[in-house]
Amino acid sequence: MRMSINSALGNIGRSTISFLAALGRVVLFAFETFREMISGPFYVRELFVCLVQIGWLSLPVIGLTALFTGGALALQIYAGGARFNAEAVVPSIVAIGMTRELGPVLGGLMVAARVASSIAAEIGTMKVTEQIDALVTLSTKPMKYLTIPRVVAATVAVPLLVAVGDAIGIMGGYMVGISRLGFNEAAYIKNTVDFLHTWDILSGMIKGAAFGFIVALMGCYYGMNSSQGAQGVGKATKSAVVAASVLILISNYILTEAFFTK
Amino acid sequence: MIQLQNVHKSFGNNHVLKGVNMDVGKGKSLVIIGGSGTGKSIILKCILGLEKPNQGQILLHGKDINRTNRENFFARFGMLFQGGALFDSLTVWQNVAFKMLRGKLKKTNAEARNIAIEKLRHVGLKPEVADKYPAELSGGMQKRVSLARAIAANPEIIFFDEPNTGLDPIMSGVINDLIREIVVEMKATAITITHDMSSVRAIADKVAMLHDGKIRWTGSIEEMEQSDDPYLTQFINGHSHGPIETIR
Repeated sequence: MRMSINSALGNIGRSTISFLAALGRVVLFAFETFREMISGPFYVRELFVCLVQIGWLSLPVIGLTALFTGGALALQIYAGGARFNAEAVVPSIVAIGMTRELGPVLGGLMVAARVASSIAAEIGTMKVTEQIDALVTLSTKPMKYLTIPRVVAATVAVPLLVAVGDAIGIMGGYMVGISRLGFNEAAYIKNTVDFLHTWDILSGMIKGAAFGFIVALMGCYYGMNSSQGAQGVGKATKSAVVAASVLILISNYILTEAFFTK
Repeated sequence: MIQLQNVHKSFGNNHVLKGVNMDVGKGKSLVIIGGSGTGKSIILKCILGLEKPNQGQILLHGKDINRTNRENFFARFGMLFQGGALFDSLTVWQNVAFKMLRGKLKKTNAEARNIAIEKLRHVGLKPEVADKYPAELSGGMQKRVSLARAIAANPEIIFFDEPNTGLDPIMSGVINDLIREIVVEMKATAITITHDMSSVRAIADKVAMLHDGKIRWTGSIEEMEQSDDPYLTQFINGHSHGPIETIR
């Protein structure tokens, strides 16, 4: 009995230490990223390539996600509002729901699925094929050449994607509101515009910047620490997406607490 | 020029290098031979600073390499990696001119491209391949591109990690000749890791055999051919019986 308790405690202890060690490594990686970000050289061409890959090429998936989410949100709020005769709140709740929560969170998660996996797979493959070592021998710091452009690009691009997603999501709600729920077009737009505050949009974009940073950081961290072989790259890709998604959800709660509770 | 003094390197309980001592003179070509997993590549990684030795010193021109400026070291260094290690997202000429497109050696795109094409010619590749991507080339061509990248900045020190892996005997011979030519022409100091005895004979001024974490034998090609060291003899003749344990 005592043996099994000791063994269980040992397992808990080992898991806790291993979790804290992993957390420490991620935090150190983040600090190193910040440190390298403020000193040259800066690889501007790589930054623009990353902006296109992370930002521009994510637009279709963000747009589709936002459009259908906005539409579904309008249907749900209408159905829920009907229980206490508050169907008229659909435009305002769709707008606030999209800009404060669903736009940044769903946008962040979609970018995590698309970008964290691709960054981890790309850098992981570079690691196992010695391309990272080759960079070092070519007088180039992998952190500056690979990590910084991706992290900066994601931190800049995701808030912009969130803003576009917000607009498309609100438009999705508007389309459903007009075509399926019988709202008046002008009244829907007026309700949306009157109710929405600048801070609603800005807070979502700040969340987007944080999520973009998390997504690229996790992709780069797991890619750089990928073990040898195809299995190692696969594991790094999976870990990057899971870690980025979980961190997005945790940081979303923390930021919401910070922004909206008094 | 490069000296290793009592270099130890372990990974957990796996003691890979157990006191390696060796040196390479300026403009000389040293080939390190030894069985798979004996730590040959770790020696190169320790010299490059990609791995940190647990004990011992590595000297470059008599100075501890860890106290010299790494950037200055890499500025006059080139390396041919086992798998080529070409960057998939860049064209062939951008790979070859990588050092000249950024950093201290930065040149204009046109200048860098011209130098890349000249280096590609040097390794027997036509200018037409310059705008292709590495994935569009055969294994032998990729190795040549990697060789062109290694010599692009006219390095004083070049490392070749298993330059013939995955190549047919003819292409292997071509790469060996190119390496010898480059080392002689450029008067570079070279360290090569290989299992291929024809490469050893073609490339080496001096041979060092790594076994059980230490340099077991060192000498010239002529001395190697005449040596009666049982480990060396077994290795160069590819015998399955002898003092080196083989797993069947």
